[in-house]
Amino acid sequence: MELSQFIQDFASCFEDTDASEFTATTTFKDLDEWDSLTTLAIIGMCNKKYATKVTGAEIRESATIQDVYNLLTTKQ
Amino acid sequence: MYNPFSLQGKTVLVTGASSGIGRAVAVECAKMGANVVITGRNTERLNETFLALAAGEHLQIVADITTESGINSLVENLPKLDGCVNNAGIAQPLLVQQIEKQDINEVFDINTFAPIVLTQKLLSNKKLNKKASLVFTSSISGVYCSAIGGSLYSASKAAINGFIKGAALDLAGREIRVNSVNPGLIATNIFSEGTVTAEQLDEEIKRYPLRRFGKPEEVAYAVIYLLSAASEWVTGTNLKIDGGFTLL
Ligand SMILES: NC(=O)c1ccc[n+]([C@@H]2O[C@H](COP(=O)([O-])OP(=O)(O)OC[C@H]3O[C@@H](n4cnc5c(N)ncnc54)[C@H](OP(=O)(O)O)[C@@H]3O)[C@@H](O)[C@H]2O)c1
Repeated sequence: MELSQFIQDFASCFEDTDASEFTATTTFKDLDEWDSLTTLAIIGMCNKKYATKVTGAEIRESATIQDVYNLLTTKQ
Repeated sequence: MYNPFSLQGKTVLVTGASSGIGRAVAVECAKMGANVVITGRNTERLNETFLALAAGEHLQIVADITTESGINSLVENLPKLDGCVNNAGIAQPLLVQQIEKQDINEVFDINTFAPIVLTQKLLSNKKLNKKASLVFTSSISGVYCSAIGGSLYSASKAAINGFIKGAALDLAGREIRVNSVNPGLIATNIFSEGTVTAEQLDEEIKRYPLRRFGKPEEVAYAVIYLLSAASEWVTGTNLKIDGGFTLL
Protein backbone atom coordinates (compact mmCIF):
# COMPACT_ATOMS: atom_id res chain seq x y z
CA MET A 1 0.00 0.00 0.00
CA GLU A 2 1.38 3.34 -1.16
CA LEU A 3 0.96 6.54 0.83
CA SER A 4 0.76 8.69 -2.31
CA GLN A 5 -1.98 6.51 -3.78
CA PHE A 6 -3.84 6.53 -0.45
CA ILE A 7 -3.74 10.35 -0.38
CA GLN A 8 -5.30 10.38 -3.86
CA ASP A 9 -8.00 7.93 -2.77
CA PHE A 10 -8.61 10.02 0.35
CA ALA A 11 -8.96 13.16 -1.79
CA SER A 12 -11.46 11.42 -4.06
CA CYS A 13 -13.87 11.21 -1.08
CA PHE A 14 -14.24 15.01 -1.22
CA GLU A 15 -16.29 16.74 -3.90
CA ASP A 16 -15.22 20.37 -3.78
CA THR A 17 -11.84 20.53 -2.06
CA ASP A 18 -8.99 20.74 -4.57
CA ALA A 19 -6.81 17.60 -4.71
CA SER A 20 -3.69 19.76 -4.21
CA GLU A 21 -4.85 20.53 -0.65
CA PHE A 22 -4.28 16.93 0.41
CA THR A 23 -0.92 15.86 1.81
CA ALA A 24 0.10 13.36 4.49
CA THR A 25 -0.01 16.11 7.12
CA THR A 26 -3.38 17.60 6.12
CA THR A 27 -5.61 17.87 9.19
CA PHE A 28 -8.66 16.88 7.23
CA LYS A 29 -11.25 17.74 9.88
CA ASP A 30 -10.34 21.40 9.43
CA LEU A 31 -11.42 21.33 5.79
CA ASP A 32 -14.67 23.22 5.08
CA GLU A 33 -16.13 20.21 3.38
CA TRP A 34 -15.59 17.85 6.32
CA ASP A 35 -18.83 16.31 7.65
CA SER A 36 -20.49 12.99 8.43
CA LEU A 37 -20.93 12.35 4.71
CA THR A 38 -17.19 12.48 4.06
CA THR A 39 -16.68 10.16 7.05
CA LEU A 40 -18.96 7.64 5.37
CA ALA A 41 -17.20 8.11 2.05
CA ILE A 42 -13.82 7.39 3.69
CA ILE A 43 -15.16 4.31 5.50
CA GLY A 44 -16.53 3.04 2.19
CA MET A 45 -13.27 3.81 0.35
CA CYS A 46 -11.12 1.97 2.96
CA ASN A 47 -13.45 -1.02 2.80
CA LYS A 48 -13.57 -1.19 -0.98
CA LYS A 49 -10.06 -0.18 -2.08
CA TYR A 50 -8.12 -1.61 0.86
CA ALA A 51 -10.49 -4.33 2.14
CA THR A 52 -10.15 -2.87 5.62
CA LYS A 53 -12.98 -1.97 7.98
CA VAL A 54 -12.46 1.29 9.86
CA THR A 55 -15.04 2.83 12.15
CA GLY A 56 -16.38 6.37 12.32
CA ALA A 57 -14.84 6.69 15.78
CA GLU A 58 -11.39 5.70 14.48
CA ILE A 59 -11.56 8.32 11.76
CA ARG A 60 -12.63 10.97 14.24
CA GLU A 61 -9.68 10.04 16.46
CA SER A 62 -7.25 10.50 13.56
CA ALA A 63 -5.88 13.99 12.96
CA THR A 64 -3.99 13.71 9.67
CA ILE A 65 -4.23 11.60 6.52
CA GLN A 66 -0.99 9.95 7.65
CA ASP A 67 -2.81 8.84 10.84
CA VAL A 68 -5.56 7.16 8.81
CA TYR A 69 -2.92 5.56 6.59
CA ASN A 70 -1.12 4.22 9.69
CA LEU A 71 -4.40 2.93 11.08
CA LEU A 72 -4.98 1.01 7.87
CA THR A 73 -1.49 -0.50 7.80
CA THR A 74 -1.84 -1.74 11.39
CA LYS A 75 -5.17 -3.32 10.46
CA GLN A 76 -4.01 -4.97 7.25
CA MET B 1 -57.34 -14.50 32.94
CA TYR B 2 -58.77 -12.44 30.06
CA ASN B 3 -55.99 -11.64 27.60
CA PRO B 4 -56.68 -11.13 23.88
CA PHE B 5 -52.92 -10.78 23.25
CA SER B 6 -52.02 -14.21 24.61
CA LEU B 7 -49.83 -16.52 22.51
CA GLN B 8 -50.68 -19.58 24.61
CA GLY B 9 -50.49 -22.75 22.51
CA LYS B 10 -49.01 -21.00 19.46
CA THR B 11 -45.72 -22.04 17.87
CA VAL B 12 -43.69 -19.13 16.52
CA LEU B 13 -40.47 -19.05 14.46
CA VAL B 14 -38.17 -16.07 15.03
CA THR B 15 -35.21 -15.38 12.69
CA GLY B 16 -32.29 -13.24 13.83
CA ALA B 17 -33.02 -14.42 17.37
CA SER B 18 -29.37 -14.46 18.43
CA SER B 19 -29.32 -10.70 19.01
CA GLY B 20 -31.18 -7.44 19.51
CA ILE B 21 -34.81 -7.22 18.43
CA GLY B 22 -35.07 -10.92 17.50
CA ARG B 23 -33.86 -11.98 20.92
CA ALA B 24 -36.38 -9.70 22.64
CA VAL B 25 -39.18 -11.01 20.37
CA ALA B 26 -38.31 -14.63 21.28
CA VAL B 27 -38.11 -13.90 25.00
CA GLU B 28 -41.35 -11.88 25.12
CA CYS B 29 -43.27 -14.40 22.97
CA ALA B 30 -42.23 -17.21 25.33
CA LYS B 31 -43.43 -15.08 28.27
CA MET B 32 -46.79 -14.73 26.49
CA GLY B 33 -47.09 -18.52 26.36
CA ALA B 34 -45.72 -19.32 22.89
CA ASN B 35 -43.47 -22.23 22.01
CA VAL B 36 -40.69 -20.59 20.03
CA VAL B 37 -38.28 -21.85 17.42
CA ILE B 38 -35.28 -19.55 17.33
CA THR B 39 -32.72 -19.30 14.57
CA GLY B 40 -29.53 -17.35 13.83
CA ARG B 41 -25.96 -18.03 12.69
CA ASN B 42 -24.00 -17.58 15.91
CA THR B 43 -24.34 -20.76 18.02
CA GLU B 44 -23.22 -19.20 21.28
CA ARG B 45 -25.45 -16.13 21.16
CA LEU B 46 -28.40 -18.18 19.93
CA ASN B 47 -27.98 -20.44 22.92
CA GLU B 48 -27.90 -17.38 25.23
CA THR B 49 -31.33 -16.47 23.87
CA PHE B 50 -32.49 -20.07 24.31
CA LEU B 51 -31.45 -20.05 27.97
CA ALA B 52 -33.37 -16.79 28.52
CA LEU B 53 -36.70 -18.29 27.36
CA ALA B 54 -39.49 -18.91 29.89
CA ALA B 55 -40.57 -22.56 30.20
CA GLY B 56 -42.07 -24.10 27.04
CA GLU B 57 -41.36 -26.50 24.18
CA HIS B 58 -38.72 -24.41 22.48
CA LEU B 59 -36.23 -25.29 19.76
CA GLN B 60 -33.04 -23.67 18.47
CA ILE B 61 -31.73 -24.17 14.95
CA VAL B 62 -28.45 -22.63 13.76
CA ALA B 63 -28.63 -21.64 10.07
CA ASP B 64 -27.44 -19.05 7.58
CA ILE B 65 -30.73 -18.39 5.82
CA THR B 66 -29.04 -16.66 2.88
CA THR B 67 -27.76 -20.05 1.70
CA GLU B 68 -29.89 -22.69 -0.01
CA SER B 69 -28.63 -25.45 2.32
CA GLY B 70 -29.11 -23.29 5.42
CA ILE B 71 -32.69 -22.33 4.67
CA ASN B 72 -33.58 -25.89 3.62
CA SER B 73 -32.23 -27.46 6.79
CA LEU B 74 -34.09 -24.87 8.85
CA VAL B 75 -37.40 -25.58 7.10
CA GLU B 76 -36.95 -29.37 7.31
CA ASN B 77 -36.52 -29.20 11.07
CA LEU B 78 -39.52 -26.95 11.73
CA PRO B 79 -42.74 -28.00 13.44
CA LYS B 80 -46.05 -26.58 12.16
CA LEU B 81 -46.16 -22.85 12.84
CA ASP B 82 -48.81 -20.37 13.90
CA GLY B 83 -46.45 -17.47 13.44
CA CYS B 84 -43.21 -16.51 11.71
CA VAL B 85 -41.22 -13.40 12.57
CA ASN B 86 -38.83 -12.56 9.71
CA ASN B 87 -36.43 -10.38 11.57
CA ALA B 88 -32.81 -11.20 10.58
CA GLY B 89 -31.22 -8.26 8.81
CA ILE B 90 -28.17 -6.07 8.38
CA ALA B 91 -27.56 -2.33 8.01
CA GLN B 92 -24.41 -1.11 6.27
CA PRO B 93 -24.37 2.57 5.43
CA LEU B 94 -22.89 3.16 2.00
CA LEU B 95 -22.99 6.23 -0.22
CA VAL B 96 -24.71 5.84 -3.60
CA GLN B 97 -21.55 6.62 -5.57
CA GLN B 98 -19.75 3.72 -3.89
CA ILE B 99 -22.39 1.03 -4.42
CA GLU B 100 -21.30 -2.06 -6.35
CA LYS B 101 -23.43 -5.02 -7.42
CA GLN B 102 -21.89 -7.12 -4.66
CA ASP B 103 -23.10 -4.62 -2.01
CA ILE B 104 -26.64 -4.81 -3.36
CA ASN B 105 -26.53 -8.60 -3.18
CA GLU B 106 -25.18 -8.61 0.36
CA VAL B 107 -27.92 -6.37 1.75
CA PHE B 108 -30.78 -7.83 -0.28
CA ASP B 109 -29.77 -11.46 0.36
CA ILE B 110 -30.59 -11.25 4.06
CA ASN B 111 -32.98 -8.28 4.28
CA THR B 112 -35.20 -9.07 1.30
CA PHE B 113 -34.55 -12.37 -0.48
CA ALA B 114 -34.25 -14.59 2.62
CA PRO B 115 -37.64 -13.57 4.11
CA ILE B 116 -39.38 -13.99 0.75
CA VAL B 117 -37.78 -17.39 0.09
CA LEU B 118 -38.54 -18.53 3.64
CA THR B 119 -42.20 -17.54 3.27
CA GLN B 120 -42.44 -19.51 0.02
CA LYS B 121 -40.79 -22.57 1.58
CA LEU B 122 -43.01 -22.48 4.68
CA LEU B 123 -46.01 -22.56 2.36
CA SER B 124 -44.79 -25.22 -0.08
CA ASN B 125 -43.66 -27.46 2.80
CA LYS B 126 -47.02 -26.97 4.54
CA LYS B 127 -45.44 -25.64 7.70
CA LEU B 128 -48.10 -22.98 8.32
CA ASN B 129 -51.30 -23.66 10.22
CA LYS B 130 -54.53 -22.01 9.13
CA LYS B 131 -54.79 -18.48 10.54
CA ALA B 132 -51.01 -18.22 10.83
CA SER B 133 -49.53 -14.73 11.19
CA LEU B 134 -46.40 -13.64 9.31
CA VAL B 135 -44.60 -10.61 10.71
CA PHE B 136 -41.65 -8.86 9.08
CA THR B 137 -39.24 -6.51 10.85
CA SER B 138 -39.05 -3.76 8.27
CA SER B 139 -38.01 -0.21 9.22
CA ILE B 140 -39.14 3.40 9.01
CA SER B 141 -36.23 3.65 6.58
CA GLY B 142 -37.33 3.19 2.99
CA VAL B 143 -41.01 3.19 3.91
CA TYR B 144 -41.36 6.60 5.61
CA CYS B 145 -37.92 8.21 5.40
CA SER B 146 -34.25 7.45 4.82
CA ALA B 147 -30.81 8.51 6.02
CA ILE B 148 -27.47 9.48 4.52
CA GLY B 149 -25.79 6.32 3.25
CA GLY B 150 -29.07 4.46 3.69
CA SER B 151 -30.20 4.03 0.09
CA LEU B 152 -29.52 0.28 -0.17
CA TYR B 153 -30.94 -0.51 3.25
CA SER B 154 -34.02 1.60 2.49
CA ALA B 155 -34.52 -0.17 -0.84
CA SER B 156 -34.27 -3.58 0.85
CA LYS B 157 -36.91 -2.67 3.44
CA ALA B 158 -39.27 -0.89 1.01
CA ALA B 159 -39.19 -4.06 -1.12
CA ILE B 160 -40.33 -6.07 1.89
CA ASN B 161 -43.26 -3.73 2.46
CA GLY B 162 -44.29 -4.19 -1.15
CA PHE B 163 -44.06 -7.96 -0.76
CA ILE B 164 -46.24 -7.83 2.34
CA LYS B 165 -49.10 -6.19 0.47
CA GLY B 166 -49.18 -8.77 -2.32
CA ALA B 167 -48.62 -11.70 0.02
CA ALA B 168 -51.46 -10.52 2.27
CA LEU B 169 -53.79 -10.78 -0.74
CA ASP B 170 -52.49 -14.17 -1.90
CA LEU B 171 -52.84 -15.70 1.56
CA ALA B 172 -56.06 -14.08 2.77
CA GLY B 173 -58.09 -17.07 1.54
CA ARG B 174 -56.33 -19.24 4.12
CA GLU B 175 -56.77 -16.54 6.75
CA ILE B 176 -52.99 -16.18 6.90
CA ARG B 177 -52.10 -12.59 7.76
CA VAL B 178 -49.00 -10.71 6.64
CA ASN B 179 -47.86 -7.52 8.37
CA SER B 180 -44.76 -5.57 9.29
CA VAL B 181 -43.39 -3.63 12.21
CA ASN B 182 -41.43 -0.52 11.19
CA PRO B 183 -39.10 0.59 13.97
CA GLY B 184 -37.09 3.78 14.27
CA LEU B 185 -33.70 3.60 15.96
CA ILE B 186 -33.58 0.79 18.52
CA ALA B 187 -30.59 0.34 20.81
CA THR B 188 -29.08 -2.96 19.55
CA ASN B 189 -25.77 -4.23 18.17
CA ILE B 190 -26.74 -3.30 14.62
CA PHE B 191 -24.91 0.03 15.04
CA SER B 192 -22.05 -1.27 17.18
CA GLU B 193 -19.84 -1.88 14.13
CA GLY B 194 -18.94 1.75 14.63
CA THR B 195 -19.91 3.28 11.31
CA VAL B 196 -22.09 5.63 13.29
CA THR B 197 -20.19 7.53 15.97
CA ALA B 198 -21.36 8.13 19.54
CA GLU B 199 -21.59 11.86 18.74
CA GLN B 200 -23.81 11.18 15.76
CA LEU B 201 -26.08 9.05 17.92
CA ASP B 202 -26.31 11.87 20.49
CA GLU B 203 -27.34 14.24 17.70
CA GLU B 204 -29.82 11.70 16.38
CA ILE B 205 -31.59 11.31 19.75
CA LYS B 206 -32.58 15.00 19.58
CA ARG B 207 -34.63 14.23 16.48
CA TYR B 208 -36.92 11.88 18.43
CA PRO B 209 -39.93 13.69 19.95
CA LEU B 210 -40.05 11.09 22.74
CA ARG B 211 -36.40 11.96 23.49
CA ARG B 212 -34.85 8.50 23.36
CA PHE B 213 -34.21 5.53 21.11
CA GLY B 214 -36.52 2.52 21.33
CA LYS B 215 -35.91 -0.65 23.29
CA PRO B 216 -35.98 -4.07 21.62
CA GLU B 217 -38.93 -5.12 23.86
CA GLU B 218 -40.97 -2.22 22.52
CA VAL B 219 -40.76 -3.76 19.05
CA ALA B 220 -41.49 -7.18 20.53
CA TYR B 221 -44.78 -5.95 22.05
CA ALA B 222 -45.96 -4.82 18.61
CA VAL B 223 -44.94 -8.16 17.12
CA ILE B 224 -46.95 -9.92 19.85
CA TYR B 225 -50.03 -7.92 18.90
CA LEU B 226 -49.62 -8.92 15.23
CA LEU B 227 -49.10 -12.60 16.17
CA SER B 228 -52.07 -12.73 18.54
CA ALA B 229 -55.77 -13.18 17.93
CA ALA B 230 -56.19 -9.49 18.84
CA SER B 231 -55.11 -8.59 15.28
CA GLU B 232 -57.15 -11.24 13.43
CA TRP B 233 -58.68 -8.61 11.11
CA VAL B 234 -55.36 -6.89 10.41
CA THR B 235 -53.42 -7.77 7.28
CA GLY B 236 -51.08 -5.97 4.87
CA THR B 237 -50.37 -3.25 7.39
CA ASN B 238 -47.21 -1.44 8.56
CA LEU B 239 -47.00 -0.72 12.27
CA LYS B 240 -44.73 2.26 12.88
CA ILE B 241 -42.83 2.28 16.19
CA ASP B 242 -40.60 5.32 16.18
CA GLY B 243 -41.05 7.61 19.17
CA GLY B 244 -42.63 10.17 16.85
CA PHE B 245 -39.53 10.48 14.64
CA THR B 246 -41.37 10.56 11.31
CA LEU B 247 -43.82 13.25 12.47
CA LEU B 248 -41.20 15.96 12.15
N1 LIG C 1 -31.86 -1.60 15.54
C1 LIG C 1 -32.55 -0.74 14.83
O1 LIG C 1 -32.46 0.47 15.04
C2 LIG C 1 -33.51 -1.19 13.76
C3 LIG C 1 -34.42 -0.27 13.25
C4 LIG C 1 -35.32 -0.67 12.27
C5 LIG C 1 -35.29 -1.97 11.80
N2 LIG C 1 -34.38 -2.86 12.31
C6 LIG C 1 -34.39 -4.23 11.78
O2 LIG C 1 -34.55 -5.14 12.84
C7 LIG C 1 -33.97 -6.38 12.52
C8 LIG C 1 -33.09 -6.85 13.67
O3 LIG C 1 -32.09 -5.89 13.88
P1 LIG C 1 -31.27 -5.74 15.24
O4 LIG C 1 -31.14 -4.29 15.50
O5 LIG C 1 -31.80 -6.62 16.28
O6 LIG C 1 -29.83 -6.25 14.71
P2 LIG C 1 -28.72 -7.20 15.34
O7 LIG C 1 -28.70 -7.05 16.81
O8 LIG C 1 -27.51 -6.94 14.56
O9 LIG C 1 -29.28 -8.66 14.98
C9 LIG C 1 -29.35 -9.11 13.65
C10 LIG C 1 -29.78 -10.56 13.64
O10 LIG C 1 -29.86 -11.00 12.28
C11 LIG C 1 -29.18 -12.22 12.17
N3 LIG C 1 -28.61 -12.43 10.84
C12 LIG C 1 -27.88 -11.55 10.10
N4 LIG C 1 -27.47 -12.12 8.97
C13 LIG C 1 -27.96 -13.40 8.97
C14 LIG C 1 -27.90 -14.49 8.07
N5 LIG C 1 -27.23 -14.42 6.91
N6 LIG C 1 -28.53 -15.66 8.41
C15 LIG C 1 -29.18 -15.76 9.57
N7 LIG C 1 -29.28 -14.76 10.47
C16 LIG C 1 -28.68 -13.59 10.17
C17 LIG C 1 -28.08 -12.16 13.21
O11 LIG C 1 -27.68 -13.46 13.52
P3 LIG C 1 -26.15 -13.84 13.90
O12 LIG C 1 -25.62 -12.71 14.70
O13 LIG C 1 -26.29 -15.10 14.67
O14 LIG C 1 -25.44 -14.01 12.61
C18 LIG C 1 -28.79 -11.46 14.36
O15 LIG C 1 -29.49 -12.38 15.13
C19 LIG C 1 -33.22 -6.17 11.21
O16 LIG C 1 -34.00 -6.65 10.13
C20 LIG C 1 -33.09 -4.66 11.13
O17 LIG C 1 -32.99 -4.21 9.79
C21 LIG C 1 -33.49 -2.50 13.28
